[in-house]
Amino acid sequence: METQDLEKISSQVRRDIVRMVTAVQSGHPGGSLGCADFLTALYFKVMKLNPDEFTMNGEGEDLFFLSNGHISPVLYSVLAHKGYFDKSELATFRKLGSRLQGHPSISKSLPGVRIASGSLGQGLSVALGAAAAKKLNGDNSIVYTLHGDGELQEGQIWEAAMYAAANKVDNLISTVDYNHKQIDGDIDDVLPMGDLVKKWQAFGWDVLEMDGHNINEILKTMELAKSKTGNGKPVMIIMTTIMGNGVDFMMGTHKWHGSPPSKEQEGIALSQLTETLGDY
Amino acid sequence: MKMKDFEIQDYKDTRSGFGAGLSELGKTNPNVVALCADLTGSLKMDAFQKEHPDRFFQVGIAEANMIGMAAGLTIGGKIPFTGTFANFSTGRVYDQIRQSVAYSEKNVKICASHAGLTLGEDGATHQILEDIGLMKMLPNMTVISPCDYNETKAATIAIAEHDGPVYLRFGRPKVPNFTDPNKKFEIGKGDVLREGKDVTIIATGHLVWKAIEAAEVLLAKGINPEIINIHTIKPLDEKTVLDSISKTKCVVTAEEHMVNGGLGDSIAQILSKKMPTPMEYVAVNDSFGESGTGEELLTKYNINTIDIVNAVEKVISRK
Repeated sequence: METQDLEKISSQVRRDIVRMVTAVQSGHPGGSLGCADFLTALYFKVMKLNPDEFTMNGEGEDLFFLSNGHISPVLYSVLAHKGYFDKSELATFRKLGSRLQGHPSISKSLPGVRIASGSLGQGLSVALGAAAAKKLNGDNSIVYTLHGDGELQEGQIWEAAMYAAANKVDNLISTVDYNHKQIDGDIDDVLPMGDLVKKWQAFGWDVLEMDGHNINEILKTMELAKSKTGNGKPVMIIMTTIMGNGVDFMMGTHKWHGSPPSKEQEGIALSQLTETLGDY
Repeated sequence: MKMKDFEIQDYKDTRSGFGAGLSELGKTNPNVVALCADLTGSLKMDAFQKEHPDRFFQVGIAEANMIGMAAGLTIGGKIPFTGTFANFSTGRVYDQIRQSVAYSEKNVKICASHAGLTLGEDGATHQILEDIGLMKMLPNMTVISPCDYNETKAATIAIAEHDGPVYLRFGRPKVPNFTDPNKKFEIGKGDVLREGKDVTIIATGHLVWKAIEAAEVLLAKGINPEIINIHTIKPLDEKTVLDSISKTKCVVTAEEHMVNGGLGDSIAQILSKKMPTPMEYVAVNDSFGESGTGEELLTKYNINTIDIVNAVEKVISRK
């Protein structure tokens, strides 16, 4: 798939996100928009997947764990376009009885989701277990995770970080969405985390950096990350993004972390996002 | 009472029953894996670690990561057994168990030693008395509290066959080992240890043997108790409980746990809905423990043999 095809998908994913959260007047648009390019690249180019026959164990395929579960709209949209379920189901997001729970859940058996997330800091540990199972099973696929930057304030992340390096978990590629924002404001105002690259390096990880809104750079960096698997070290990518990217009035402010646009704002937002694959 | 019905084979710690069961599983079930948070010796997981180093994960003092890893290992078909003290197996990692294990329906076996007061001298920081309550409140969770070495070993083997999250609670001290070593463990099945007619004593864990001791005292006083070992607190064997209580018309529960949220509350819930009956609790009364020997603590916190006897006499007077 070419870069321009991926950009078309991510534009549609952004439209889906805006429409999903507006429809139910709840959800988290900011981080979802910021990760649309990354998740599109991951699911449509980087990962080895089998969307037609989803299994919990995912043997022989790559696995992805969304640790910052509040950006579920972007995951649901990407999963739908990839064919895990029909995109019409996006209209049920956060509604009673929906498989598309506010935060990802397996309780209603949504294809593409293997663990609940929402309470932060748990996905890296889950990925370590899944990566260990792959090694025991002789399965050389890769396990991917995504984390929010604010999420790194959770202590469990660093428990997992220590374990991964000490035990040479080298079939794991993690990414941090570094948009410098969390609900209460700028990370540097809430709880500054210092130099993330140096921190992860000090914990024994191979660390890469990339611009999360440049598809070519994402693809190049992910290929580099893949080439580093199997070398005795876990890989961390610090991905710089802009919260709310793609909608001008949402960009770069924590105010859209967990607030939906009004109907009027939705119209403005959608006018900035090209409908490429048809709205759900 | 014929004591030969309850012959003490030897004195063993229930945690060693877990270790023996896990070691056996290691040989029979290649999907069983084990994780431990720096308490391998205390949990008696050394044999499994030695025999199956590839399937053993030493995670260090990082219980939250251990629970998350266990959840992840199920994705790939493994059956993870986590091991640490009961306090660190539950309260410390409640949210990890809630989201990554129970809500996510993962086939994780949370195995917890040093539960209750009888770990002794370490004191209240380690003596969790709330763990049964915490775990039984979680949807999808099975809660098991076996009474001796043989039963703990059998329970360990049985839960590997059960698909779903399990909390397995056991302890530190050497206690009478009296159940049949060849008995198959049936999850969710109460065990009537002794038939009687005047009162039903329902006990779990270490308090089952105390109930047997109490029965001897009661028989000498002319009181004929029925004793039920409830090793599976959730799902609870309602039928066995109600069949017994409909006959004896009163009940005493006995557990090494807080009065709030334990076995007693589960029994009271059934009775209040289906068969209101006089009932007394033998459990710790809304208090933390402290340092001391196990026996001293059971006595001080009123959950020893004599307390069961007293509770029986009180509940019979309420009939």
